[in-house]
Amino acid sequence: MSITLLARLGTIPGALPGAVAQGLIWGIMAIGVYITYRILDIADLTVDGSLCTGGAVCIVMMLNGYGVWAAMLAALLAGLLTGLITGLFHTFMGIPAILAGILTQLSLYSINLKIMGKANQAINVDKYDLLTSLRWVKEAALRNPLVTVSLITVVLIALLYWFFGTELGCSIRATGANPNMSRAQGINTDLNKVLGLMLSNALVAFSGALLSQYQGFADVSMGRGAIVIGLAACIIGEAVFSRIFHNFALRLLSVAFGSIIYYIVIQIVIQLGFDANLLKLLSAVVVAIFLAVPYWKGKYLRPAVKNPAKKEADRNA
Amino acid sequence: MLELKGLYKTFNAGTVNEKRAINDLNLTLENGDFVTVIGGNGAGKSTMLNLIAGVFPADEGLIRLNGFNLTRLPEHKRARFLGRVFQDPMMGTAATMGIEENLALAGRRGQRRGLLSGITGGERELYREKLATLGLGLENRMTSKVGLLSGGQRQALTLLMATLKKPDLLLLDEHTAALDPKTADKVLQLTEEIVSREGLTTLMVTHNMKHAIQYGNRLIMMDAGHVVVDIRGEEKKNLSVRDLLEKFNIENDRMLLSE
Repeated sequence: MSITLLARLGTIPGALPGAVAQGLIWGIMAIGVYITYRILDIADLTVDGSLCTGGAVCIVMMLNGYGVWAAMLAALLAGLLTGLITGLFHTFMGIPAILAGILTQLSLYSINLKIMGKANQAINVDKYDLLTSLRWVKEAALRNPLVTVSLITVVLIALLYWFFGTELGCSIRATGANPNMSRAQGINTDLNKVLGLMLSNALVAFSGALLSQYQGFADVSMGRGAIVIGLAACIIGEAVFSRIFHNFALRLLSVAFGSIIYYIVIQIVIQLGFDANLLKLLSAVVVAIFLAVPYWKGKYLRPAVKNPAKKEADRNA
Repeated sequence: MLELKGLYKTFNAGTVNEKRAINDLNLTLENGDFVTVIGGNGAGKSTMLNLIAGVFPADEGLIRLNGFNLTRLPEHKRARFLGRVFQDPMMGTAATMGIEENLALAGRRGQRRGLLSGITGGERELYREKLATLGLGLENRMTSKVGLLSGGQRQALTLLMATLKKPDLLLLDEHTAALDPKTADKVLQLTEEIVSREGLTTLMVTHNMKHAIQYGNRLIMMDAGHVVVDIRGEEKKNLSVRDLLEKFNIENDRMLLSE
């Protein structure tokens, strides 16, 4: 018993690079979720569908002879479109945001099947010039996913940091923070919600494009539960790094780290012999508990006195 | 000049909860008028301000400001002409954004927002000076999140934001009602300073008759969705709370209580 456990523990270091690579790729998706969940204050369930849309578009484009960058750009544009649909459901048709996301997600299931022609489309890393693949995860080379995806993540965070500092980015943040005030300051909150949803889903689809290359296929169910993983990454990142990371770029980085931590933990749990069929249940329970903790804190505990923010608020009262 | 002509607004029309909030409202404000608005609960004061601001559309009638017809314009487009401060201190600012970021949002009221920087160094200096005029020490806490400020500080900041770009009309909806008396006086004093310095056309709703008499050059009272009393000039200056009560036999306990 203890010997098999030791043997299993021994396999963990070998599995770590793969877990980190997956965490990095899903981290880009989680940053997309962060934009809707934390900045726009909308829980957008579109991502469960748009992740696969990104993967499907990318793989099918490449199978049809397009280059990898063209394919990934197309995936990004497809993601923008999925966000646009949810945004119009919500703002133009007045459907509550959660339901709007669910409707888009459901319709994307059919659309993704139509894009791929079947439930699963594989791509051979030897025959196509992929940007990333799990095949290279232990190579000491630039094409190692740990390197490529890290670089891509850093570039994306830099772009987002710039964007959310612009007038338009600030108005999206204001829309999420206080829609009443935003309209009073002349901000078109409907338009900004749509833009935020588009940007978020573009990132998610981009992540899906990377993921399908990494695993060598796109699958119609690859996005199932993506929103939960995204939320888990946001919450873990905030729980671990919120005391040291205050800058917006660093907070986005903490979401990416949160995703990596999530995948390392999952990997360890699997290596220790946990039934893989129960993983989604485990994820859901963990996220539910993490979401409940701040609520319980506010409801049952007196606010912590050592919280500097609270102290300052008291002083001003 | 603000013109409200034949305005009507009914909530929950056709249900048992039908409420005719605004009923044939007519009002004209000259530029530079500082008008205080009193009236009992449900008289239509806040509804009038919300109709002007475009929070909801009017059923009938006309809203015109300096020649522009606002009646069918969406809320965010009317913002170009209007400065607004709300009763709830939480409503006028973005709590999770910094003081300077909030001001920068207000500094772009009515402008296109593109991919230029959301706040520039020159703006920061301007905002620091403006904040210093409030006398609350906020100029040293430009990057603090607004959520850390007290209600009074937030109302003062909202007032500054509403007037940062000179509005054609300033709408104050009981903006001191949620504050303690001392803070309320401070915010009212600031209001008076800013309004007279900038010569702003202002509509100020209040439940406090003393404030309604003390501030502004004109006082209107609303009841059942329209203006029932309109006092200005010398008569307004010599007005006392007792006059108001006796003259118009106001049967509103909340107004009496705040005498």
